[in-house]
Amino acid sequence: MVYDAGRYDTIVIGAGHAGVEAGLAAARMGVKTLMLSLNLDMIAFMPCNPSIGGPAKGIVVREIDALGGEMAKTIDKSYIQMRMLNTGKGPAVQALRAQADKPIYIKEMKQTLENQENLTLRQGMVDELIVEDGVCKGVITETGAAYRAETVIITTGTFMRGKVLMGDLEYESGPNNQRPSLKLSENLEALGIELIRFKTGTPPRVNSHTIDYSKTEIQPGDDKPQGFSYETTEFILDQIPCWLTYTNEFTHQVINDNLGLSAMYSGAKRGTGPRYCPSIEDKIVRFHDKPRHQVFLEPEGRDTEEVYVQGLSTSLPESVQHEIVRSVPGLENAEIMRPGYAIEYDSIVPTQLWPTLELKNIPGLFSAGQINGTSGYEEAAAQGIMAGINAAAKVLGKDPVILDRSQAYIGVLIDDLVTKGTKEPYRLLTSRAEYRLLLRHDNADLRLTDIGYELGLISDERYKKFEMKKQQVEEEKKRLRKISIKPTPEVQSMLEAANATPLKEPMKAYDLLKRPELHYDSIDSVIESNESLSTDVKEQVEIQIKYEGYIKKANEQVERMKKMEDKKIPEDIDYDAISGLATEARQKLKLVQPLSVGQASRISGVNPADISILLVYIEHGRIAKLAN
Amino acid sequence: MFETDTITAISTPIGEGAISIVRLSGRDAIEITSRIYKGKDLHEVESHTIHYGKIIDPETNEVAEEVMVTVMRGPKTFTREEVVEINCHGGLVSVNRVLEIVLNQGARLAEPGEFTKRAFLNGRIDLSQAEAVMDLIRAKTDKAMNVALKQMDGRLSNLIKKYRQSLLETVAHVEVNIDYPEYDDVEEMSNEMMRVKTKEVHSEIEELLSVAKQGKILREGIATAIIGRPNVGKSSLLNALVQENKAIVTDIPGTTRDIIEEYVNVRGIPLRLIDTAGIRETEDIVERIGVERSRQALKEADLILLVLNYNEELTEEDLRLFEVVKGLEFIVIINKTDLDQKLDIEKVKELVEDRRIVSTSLLKEEGIDVLESAIADSFFAGDIDSGDLTYVSNARHIQLLNQAKKALEDAMDSLEMGMPLDIVQIDVTRTWEFLGEIIGDTASDSLIDQLFSQFCLGK
Repeated sequence: MVYDAGRYDTIVIGAGHAGVEAGLAAARMGVKTLMLSLNLDMIAFMPCNPSIGGPAKGIVVREIDALGGEMAKTIDKSYIQMRMLNTGKGPAVQALRAQADKPIYIKEMKQTLENQENLTLRQGMVDELIVEDGVCKGVITETGAAYRAETVIITTGTFMRGKVLMGDLEYESGPNNQRPSLKLSENLEALGIELIRFKTGTPPRVNSHTIDYSKTEIQPGDDKPQGFSYETTEFILDQIPCWLTYTNEFTHQVINDNLGLSAMYSGAKRGTGPRYCPSIEDKIVRFHDKPRHQVFLEPEGRDTEEVYVQGLSTSLPESVQHEIVRSVPGLENAEIMRPGYAIEYDSIVPTQLWPTLELKNIPGLFSAGQINGTSGYEEAAAQGIMAGINAAAKVLGKDPVILDRSQAYIGVLIDDLVTKGTKEPYRLLTSRAEYRLLLRHDNADLRLTDIGYELGLISDERYKKFEMKKQQVEEEKKRLRKISIKPTPEVQSMLEAANATPLKEPMKAYDLLKRPELHYDSIDSVIESNESLSTDVKEQVEIQIKYEGYIKKANEQVERMKKMEDKKIPEDIDYDAISGLATEARQKLKLVQPLSVGQASRISGVNPADISILLVYIEHGRIAKLAN
Repeated sequence: MFETDTITAISTPIGEGAISIVRLSGRDAIEITSRIYKGKDLHEVESHTIHYGKIIDPETNEVAEEVMVTVMRGPKTFTREEVVEINCHGGLVSVNRVLEIVLNQGARLAEPGEFTKRAFLNGRIDLSQAEAVMDLIRAKTDKAMNVALKQMDGRLSNLIKKYRQSLLETVAHVEVNIDYPEYDDVEEMSNEMMRVKTKEVHSEIEELLSVAKQGKILREGIATAIIGRPNVGKSSLLNALVQENKAIVTDIPGTTRDIIEEYVNVRGIPLRLIDTAGIRETEDIVERIGVERSRQALKEADLILLVLNYNEELTEEDLRLFEVVKGLEFIVIINKTDLDQKLDIEKVKELVEDRRIVSTSLLKEEGIDVLESAIADSFFAGDIDSGDLTYVSNARHIQLLNQAKKALEDAMDSLEMGMPLDIVQIDVTRTWEFLGEIIGDTASDSLIDQLFSQFCLGK
């Protein structure tokens, strides 16, 4: 029996990585928020690998932090290991990656939610949406609770019509044997939302006591204390290593012999899996001449013996999984605690979304996370915070927030999803960002803190610190422009030590720092030191000076594109009335409904001539309006 | 991408009329022209005035062309922007050289219909004409694409695909190192590996720029040889072509003024007459140096005009000439049709195979038109009516190749400076994109596809 369970401003369905960011952002912006989760013990649960960050993704975590999100702070409180990746490469591609303590991460995140003002956390399964006159007005749970709200955010991850697959075993389930969400999918379809079937998978977990680590290579964390959040000041120093081992010919033989038993290779039609997250059987089939594949052993936490076997994601029967695991050096006697499995689920075709993550055909309804066809905790969290912000903004009558591709990886992610759609679970890669030199790990705060502060998601105290940093960077750059370094013996020996060409005549400190082999500290050692500066500021000064020319070039590209991004397409545009458009372009434009000419130009199948025609048409409309 | 940058194109149809115009429109139209123009200060001259001067190629400091330049300041222009028109001698060589110089100075080649589009966007064209503008863009684009495809030498497109694939693999290699730093299956791309790769592709692009058929024709003209037995009318043919058309006398860099090469402009297509000394001699070259060596001598020619005498039977010498030109691009001219027929036309047709035969009477000035058409046809497949489309597609290829080369040079500079590979790679990717524009492949997902097909990645 349906009963009136109350009224909220925003309801978030799900409390995974997207859900928690959505709920927190909305509540912190001051709107009354309800979060419904199937199981309150599984908040921000990591159903797959126990790690957060990595190339591109780690930068996203920092962006979420700069906007006032929670992922960075929570992982900083719960990591067992932290590493900076790509330190030998340029600043644009460096990124942090943490190994997470899964249970602690859940505990910390749950506590944050419980203590959040304006946020109600409740256990419950949503079966359908309340939609009146085409507008989303709330949700109804399986217990008959009808909650009304102005905006609803779906963040159901891989739960919708989830189906676990392992050999010939298959059953309806969410990840890790949780209850699947079955009715919501049907409800969405009935509301005219197009769904697509995707698939992903996870490897077995083994008991640490049964691993012979002496046959593996140790993978320790960095010694240097570091964290994701700009607010973190205390770092976890007691770190736990990961371990590396390899598959071998015998492993591959076992897999080949049993390929027909794999849920994915049995011939049945299945959802589309991601190429960048293949099962071990995929790897053996597609790269059959590779003699071995890497296997990383990653602890799932400090107070558990479960170890995640990265590299052996599989949907083969449990019996075969034992054989595969035991063929790997170090795992000869390993005991599987949980077998690996593949999971199939429904997602929303993301071209149905506006860049605000609101559904085009159902105002008031937003969606974020894996349900939108992505994969990865970070991608989910990034969409979560943006959906939360925009759902709250709608309630508050504020302008929506859309990050562009030159502002954040989050902008790249969402623009890709809503403009191009995706044919497989979407993962962020650094190569997806055309302005990656601007989207660095080190400047996420400079790019986004203002926006977070404007929304009320960044505290005054933090903002003050941020402004000071910004000012210090500018002043230090100015100072270095003024300081002239002369070819003294001290300077020459510093240069020699750094393998740099000696000076022939005096040079500004600023220009000397442009040399790739020199760093802020090398310059600092031969000039008067500016004691007040933090490492953060020095790093920023060095990067901005050293890569100035390249950054400038990238900014010019952004400027050129900006003219197109700023050219808005009228909401009421009728693409059928534009006779010159090519048929394919017309169809795509009608489907995507781009907001700007810039977005239109990124749709595949829309070519430059179509863009020219579109521009002329828009201008024609503008002139016609003026004439009236 | 549009609206304020400066665009340029050849705005007169090829080969029609004695003057060709390179038109520029946009913010820097006057600035760009004044950088390459020797004459009055164009910044100072009054609007809507025309001036005599010279176009200087800033890279070589040589005079490229004597011109008349019209300066028109906005908004009283067709596009309402600053407009400059550079009036050149007719003919492909000169006008294309000027276009190339203008492009090198930072103007962008106009898209089809773009001048008209700007005129519209800037409010110059009446509202009711908007539909027509859109139709024009569509029509011109479709046509330009057709022409570009036809013009594109299959060999050129294959080469470009090959270079792109090679660059793509390199970029994917850098990317896999970035996105999967722990993936140990592939060795870390080193600066040295990148240096070798960029150098290799760079020299290939340079090679392409220097030998690409279209580019060569545009810049150097079609190397043409006239051959035939003594007294068949070779000199008359040369004189007829020179008389009929404007001869262009060009200085050759590094040589003294008395050595000149002659250009003949046929329907806007420049013929560069090679070995002119040889053809004016009356003695039989083949007789003198033999078939093989004659073939070698003619190898440089893009086109051979083989002249026969209508009034004489085929001789051994004629047959040897056919042997010499076998497999080369040639046109047979049967001259002296004003006299009695003694030539066995059927036999000639057999020898000619699929090449063209043109009958002329140079004495009575008959058949020269037909010959000119045949020459034009032999290079442009005969279906280019008029308009600047051939130019556009060709000049476009050259511009994009130049941009690709420039981007690659930026990458090489970064390498020299010791920049990290992910920075170097930005310009390598740009090179790949420019090359893609030439063959009309701008799909941005190729890199990610390459990444996952080349490497075995994932958790």
